[in-house]
Amino acid sequence: MIPPRLPPDPPNSGRLHPDRWIRILPEGVYVEPGGFYVDPVRPVERAVITHGHSDHARPGHDKVLATPGTLAIMRERLGEGAGAGRQPLAYGETIRIGDVTVRLVPAGHVLGSAQVVIEHGGSRIVLSGDYKRTHDRTCAPFEPVPCDVFVTEATFGLPVFRHPPDLGEIAKLLHSLRVFPERSHVVGVYALGKCQRLITLLRAAGYDRPVYLHGALMPICDLYRAQGVELGELRPATVAAKEDLKGAVVLAPPSAIADRWARRLADPVTAMASGWMRVRQRARQRGVELPLVISDHADWDELVQTLDDVGAPEVWVTHGREEALVHHATGRGIRARALALVGFEEEGA
Amino acid sequence: MKRFAELVDGLVFMPSRNGKMRLIADYAATTPDPDRGWALAALTGSLSFAEAKPAAIRQLAMERVDPVLFGWSYDYVGDLAETVALIWPERPERANSQPPSLTEVVDALRTARRAEVMGLIEGWLDSLDASGRFALLKLITGSLRVGVSARLAKTALAEWGGVEVDALEECWHGLTPPYEPLFAWLEGKAGPPEASAGAGFRPLMLATPLEEEDAAGLDPTAYRAEWKWDGIRVQLVSRGGEKRIYSRTGDDISGAFPDILDHMLFDAVLDGELLVARDGVVAPFNDLQQRLNRKSPTARMLQDFPAWVRLYDLLFDGGEDLRPLGFEERRARLEAWREANAPRRMDLSPLVPFASWGELADLRDGARAAGIEGLMLKRADSPYVSGRPKGPWFKWKRGALTLDCVMMYAQRGHGKRSSFYSDYTFGAWRGEELVPVGKAYSGFTDAELAELDRWVRNHTTRRYGPVREVSAGLVLEVAFDSVHRSTRHKSGLAMRFPRIHRIRWDKPPQEADRVETLEAMVVG
Ligand SMILES: [Zn+2]
Repeated sequence: MIPPRLPPDPPNSGRLHPDRWIRILPEGVYVEPGGFYVDPVRPVERAVITHGHSDHARPGHDKVLATPGTLAIMRERLGEGAGAGRQPLAYGETIRIGDVTVRLVPAGHVLGSAQVVIEHGGSRIVLSGDYKRTHDRTCAPFEPVPCDVFVTEATFGLPVFRHPPDLGEIAKLLHSLRVFPERSHVVGVYALGKCQRLITLLRAAGYDRPVYLHGALMPICDLYRAQGVELGELRPATVAAKEDLKGAVVLAPPSAIADRWARRLADPVTAMASGWMRVRQRARQRGVELPLVISDHADWDELVQTLDDVGAPEVWVTHGREEALVHHATGRGIRARALALVGFEEEGA
Repeated sequence: MKRFAELVDGLVFMPSRNGKMRLIADYAATTPDPDRGWALAALTGSLSFAEAKPAAIRQLAMERVDPVLFGWSYDYVGDLAETVALIWPERPERANSQPPSLTEVVDALRTARRAEVMGLIEGWLDSLDASGRFALLKLITGSLRVGVSARLAKTALAEWGGVEVDALEECWHGLTPPYEPLFAWLEGKAGPPEASAGAGFRPLMLATPLEEEDAAGLDPTAYRAEWKWDGIRVQLVSRGGEKRIYSRTGDDISGAFPDILDHMLFDAVLDGELLVARDGVVAPFNDLQQRLNRKSPTARMLQDFPAWVRLYDLLFDGGEDLRPLGFEERRARLEAWREANAPRRMDLSPLVPFASWGELADLRDGARAAGIEGLMLKRADSPYVSGRPKGPWFKWKRGALTLDCVMMYAQRGHGKRSSFYSDYTFGAWRGEELVPVGKAYSGFTDAELAELDRWVRNHTTRRYGPVREVSAGLVLEVAFDSVHRSTRHKSGLAMRFPRIHRIRWDKPPQEADRVETLEAMVVG
């Protein structure tokens, strides 16, 4: 990949603009004076990791810096691949790496998720990783940090993506359980973040029956509980009797909900919890009967709100629907450009 | 509007008929009058008011949002109403304005002057959430496509109210939205609404299939036989100047057949078979299909595919209800009626005389002409009753045709079958090549389905989304009613009602049938 051409320095800044010391390399975003990458897509010597989703936390780096929560998730998911040297950094603490200072600030995306705040040469850049602004009982809320350059994702960077209130979506699920009390309700959820958030939302809505889980979901739930997140009674779906699963909520990875695994369930209602469910055609293509628009990513309104909150005169958009957000920012007098990073999937959307 | 929006959303995604019925019943049970009545009218297509044009809706949205962002969003979503519903900016003051009820929307639209309509819509869009906006826009553009026929909605309500759907049909035509007497009856608070004297649908009498062993116990002299024509069953209703053509399920298809409607210059209710026929000679079903695909036919189609009705029965002669009479008496009345009225584009389905079941079986198997599916047997003394009672009427289809085909592609099913490859495209040999000749998704047991699914997964050669191509290794014996020429298929042939008859695990695919064999079975 060819690094994008650097724009000229803004006039009279007197500060060292981040384009002069941040480089977009095939491995990912490289902070030159610190000698580290943020969420690199290939194994590197030093990496700062924003959160545990597999497109951000990849295996094989020598040294990894992340929040304690993210490090625990990486150890669970990657085992030995989680990095030889693992350095925890709590939210709000500052350390110096090479010629830069680094601070991790909550991103509100999943447990342990962080924005990386980097200062160098009188400038501050914030790499927000994945984030959302909606309240989530399973992680610390997003904190806007004023900065010179704000780096943002744009997974849901079109104004048609507006996530409705999450408890309203849970009410849809509970309503369906009342109308179809003899059918299992299997909900497709990503293992990290969405699964636990969905459970806490069910509990907040007063649902206190056991929630059944596909085997792949249990380890991260155990990890969340160890970090103090209350999930109520969880049972493995794999060993449950078919009779018990009638009228029960069963959570499974999206790939399992319409495949052979789901046959153990009694005439299941197929649901899916994802921001993509907002668009009907997309839900229908996946054979979803009950789409639940619940996302761990910022929707359009949150993206736009966040640009206002951080007040950065310049925005870089990493991945997603960059063109719309760049168009919007430009219209508001913000210098904006798309980095077009590759390798970022839609896990946890 | 909120509950209606939830219903629309639920129905859009629910694949199964049963599931849709449950959602409709739940809606009726938990929604007060008159909202539920207007919803029923919307579902059954009985609602009429000044509709809004999509272009005007688009214009409305463009005044609120950046046109570039709107364009990209529309490209992504692909549906105008949905794009507008999702992109419409939420106003902070929305919390103060009550969203309208369905009744308010319908009332306002029914009385609004054309110039006021867009202003009303704009106000509602501001007070509804995204689901509500979607339901509203679909409703006012007249394209509420939720996969629910009028018959399905009525069946759901009848089941919920614990009444026969045919009883509901009997009174339906006399009712108007928001149907409060109907709901009062369904909830047991009042008696049934009066059966309509007008041009409503009278539920049909249907036949059960005749099993070979049944025939032996039946007295041939008690039955009358007539051909079972290969068209679609219809009911012609012409009462007090009102004229309607109904399908077997009670859907009003009058608009599609003006060439029949024009000749219904009588006061009667008739049962018959709708066909395409030229000078009384029935054309293959494919010709009728051309007409069934169109809601309103072009002049050209009326000329090329002229409709015809072959009459089976007379239900009402003027105001006189003949249904309690026996078949033979009604038949005599039908013949006399035809003599007196001589309607154009209609003739009588002739009776087929026979002395024994053996003789009749020979007649049936000898009849390979286009337009004949088999025989109908009707007890001479049978009154015309709705539904499918076993005994008075039998259908005796001629034996199905079969062909040994080779599975070529398999596709995932829907609903309960979504984890199974349950829809199969199969082919026959032409030279060294397999040519697709049809598609079937029925005729096998659940246990067989599991085996077929396993076979498909183990013999996949390529994947295209939900479709898998499989290696030529499995022979399916396919049964079908008939085969016709068709330009839509590569083989040039189309089967009618193909279903899997047997899975020939034993048969080598090279020994499956050839396209030429199928060609020889074409009729007409
Ligand atoms: Zn993520």
